[in-house]
Amino acid sequence: MTVPALEVEGLRHSYGGNRLALEDVGFRVMPGAFTCLLGPNGAGKSTLFALATGLLRPTAGRVRIHGHDIAQAPGDALAHLGVVFQQPTLDLDLTVVQNLRYFAALHGIGRREADRRIEAELTRLSLFERRAEKVRALNGGHRRRVEIARALLHRPTLLLLDEPTVGLDIPARRTLIRHVHALCAEDGIAVLWATHLIDEIDPATDHVVVLHRGRVRANGPVAAVNEETGCATVAESFDRLTAARPTAEVEAAA
Amino acid sequence: MTGRQFGGWWIAFQGIVAREVLRFVHQRERFLGALVRPLVWLFVFAAGFRAALGIAIIPPYETYIPYEVYIVPGLIGMIQLFNGMQGSLSMVYDREMGSMRILLTSPLPRAFLLLARLLGGVVVSVLQVAAFLLIVRLYGIDLPIWAPLTVLPALLLNGLMLGALGMVLASTIRQLENFAGVMNFVVFPLFFLSSALYPLYRMEEAGPLLWWLCSLNPFTHGVELIRFALYGRIDWLALAVVTGATLLFAALAVRGYSPARGMGSRAPSAAG
Repeated sequence: MTVPALEVEGLRHSYGGNRLALEDVGFRVMPGAFTCLLGPNGAGKSTLFALATGLLRPTAGRVRIHGHDIAQAPGDALAHLGVVFQQPTLDLDLTVVQNLRYFAALHGIGRREADRRIEAELTRLSLFERRAEKVRALNGGHRRRVEIARALLHRPTLLLLDEPTVGLDIPARRTLIRHVHALCAEDGIAVLWATHLIDEIDPATDHVVVLHRGRVRANGPVAAVNEETGCATVAESFDRLTAARPTAEVEAAA
Repeated sequence: MTGRQFGGWWIAFQGIVAREVLRFVHQRERFLGALVRPLVWLFVFAAGFRAALGIAIIPPYETYIPYEVYIVPGLIGMIQLFNGMQGSLSMVYDREMGSMRILLTSPLPRAFLLLARLLGGVVVSVLQVAAFLLIVRLYGIDLPIWAPLTVLPALLLNGLMLGALGMVLASTIRQLENFAGVMNFVVFPLFFLSSALYPLYRMEEAGPLLWWLCSLNPFTHGVELIRFALYGRIDWLALAVVTGATLLFAALAVRGYSPARGMGSRAPSAAG
């Protein structure tokens, strides 16, 4: 049996107080799958990311990355993990290459090997000509692409992206979505792409995990989820699953 | 995956230090500010005080010294103090800006990453001190010829202590805006209640309470460590206090960044 690239099990988190940010969240992302973590603002997506990257420790439950528990073997888990956070995390005053070399060093990749991989990733994302520019000089779409190139330098098998298209215009969004789908198809990388924008989902190939108020409301290939909700499109399914109405059945199931 | 043998640690260490140095070099204002501050004290304050303040012969000095000579170690300490606080400011900034997360998602142990980050800051402070000592020498202040070398271990230790203190502050300060308070409640008391500007026996003449505060201040011992090291000597009490304080602050800093407490135990901002 294939080991899931990401396995989340019984995850619960609270920031103190009574309100739970996440409650009994569980799902899997298999190698090569593009999975959209779909949820309205405040659904718990960023909390889930902080837990999956070991920046926070959950109140209960576990996160495994290629079978490595992030709490028990953070080194092995993080070595398989590439992350693009919602907030930009590049040093604006450093050049593209300096930023990437810094990251490569954090993963113990030597200078020569790092430069080779940097060239390959930047070329793939059509950014190689701009390598010597300071990040400050790049536009938002290009900065995002640098962050994706960076997240791939240590050859992760799982890539997490937290609302990576925030602040991008439509062409830049499209390019980005195409790039990341290509990574799944060509390199077999598993992707978890958090978003609240329905149109970023490709209904033919993608999986979805719908998160609402800290709980998983649906989980599976788009077609299966639509069948479950009895809706024709993922947008309708999403509306139904995340409707604010206090339906007894949803709350009871929850 | 490649990164977790010993070679990987060394590569990561170099990368982290290199980033700190690059960032410092790119911020020209910061470099000038770091240099101008102690020079103003040296050229203006010390010149004015020279007449008012006579200094008896106290170790490590073997003769009467002008006030400018006395104040040099204190100003070196000041450079490192400000650098340590600057380091903590940039850590708060990194946390707000998210680049701290990139550091902490490296597969290497968190304590090692934070220590490397700390040493990166110390290297920057040593560069600042080197520039300062060069100007001091050109100005004609008499220091032993080997002073820049003998002072180096003291600079590393004192820099580590102040950098670790800065990290502790960074892990407790929630927002960038609160940072001005640090200046008032940390930097000024540390600096003025120390032996940086006036010898401790002068403080004793002023009152026992002040003397006690100055003697308990770890920054006093950092300055004395530097003062003795400039003359190729070791102040053992200072060495013990600075080492102890460094270990204490470093332990608190690592604790402040443990995953159980989260990134300063805040909920992620904006869309959750």
